[in-house]
Amino acid sequence: MARILALLLFFAGGAVAAEDPSLERRVTDLANELRCLVCQNQTIADSNAPLAVDLRNQIREQLASGRSEREIKDYMVARYGDFVLYRPPLKASTVALWAGPFLLLLLGIWIFYRRVARRRPPEPQLSEGERERAAKLLE
Amino acid sequence: MRIFWVIAVFVALVGLLAVGLRLNPREVPSPLVGKPAPHFELPLLAAPEKTFSQKDMLGAVWILNVWASWCPPCLLEHPVVTALADSGIAPVIGLNYKDARENALPWLRRNGDPYKLSVYDVEGRIGIDYGVYGVPETYVIDRKGVIRYKHIGPLTPDIAQKKLQPLLKELSGRG
Repeated sequence: MARILALLLFFAGGAVAAEDPSLERRVTDLANELRCLVCQNQTIADSNAPLAVDLRNQIREQLASGRSEREIKDYMVARYGDFVLYRPPLKASTVALWAGPFLLLLLGIWIFYRRVARRRPPEPQLSEGERERAAKLLE
Repeated sequence: MRIFWVIAVFVALVGLLAVGLRLNPREVPSPLVGKPAPHFELPLLAAPEKTFSQKDMLGAVWILNVWASWCPPCLLEHPVVTALADSGIAPVIGLNYKDARENALPWLRRNGDPYKLSVYDVEGRIGIDYGVYGVPETYVIDRKGVIRYKHIGPLTPDIAQKKLQPLLKELSGRG
């Protein structure tokens, strides 16, 4: 009985989904930016974990009731923390995350520059005898 | 001089990995700690005609334990939850999450029912409000209805003894 009901609900959900492709696109766009906490390296859009399904339904419902993407993201962050966002916000605790790669790049450029600069071949130093030989050869 | 740098970088890297690889990525810090417990008003698992709200616990320190009969780790932590409830340190309220009555009630009969009561969140909506993503989860809520601690995954005797009990004692002792 429960299974039949679930199946019916599933098809009903599908029917609603088919009714409004633009809403469905917004749901997918938003779901693509949110991490599924059950299977942490997938988005809510990709994952078929029950929680991801529930959260997609939440997004659909809230968008349909006129909430904005921003409000829904805040709703998710209030419950699951910044970790749900695939694009973390720039905050004091995430500065290292955002600035780190650029600092490493600068460090790399600096090291590279120093090594290249150092490796420049030294001016050839000739002994007196060699200078004389060279002078003779050049005559 | 150069060998010194190589060793320094190596040691730093080993240090970083030693710490980083030991962190558990499943333990996402909950933004709910320090915030009021989200509102719910749900039917009881054992008595569908009655409802229970987190407001009914205002003035008491209590434990909210999210469980389900389909969740093997819940069975694993069940003795720990039972011991905690039996110690009388704080009442344990169960949040039966995305379960079915016909499975949940026999589960309690089989394994014992340490809960003061369990509420029935069949759609998992309240679970979402509480940021539940890995059943079992356990929350400690203080007299004012503020979440003070959250544990994700099965409780172990160690966590119950070292984290929960001191916190519960502290919260209960504070008048």
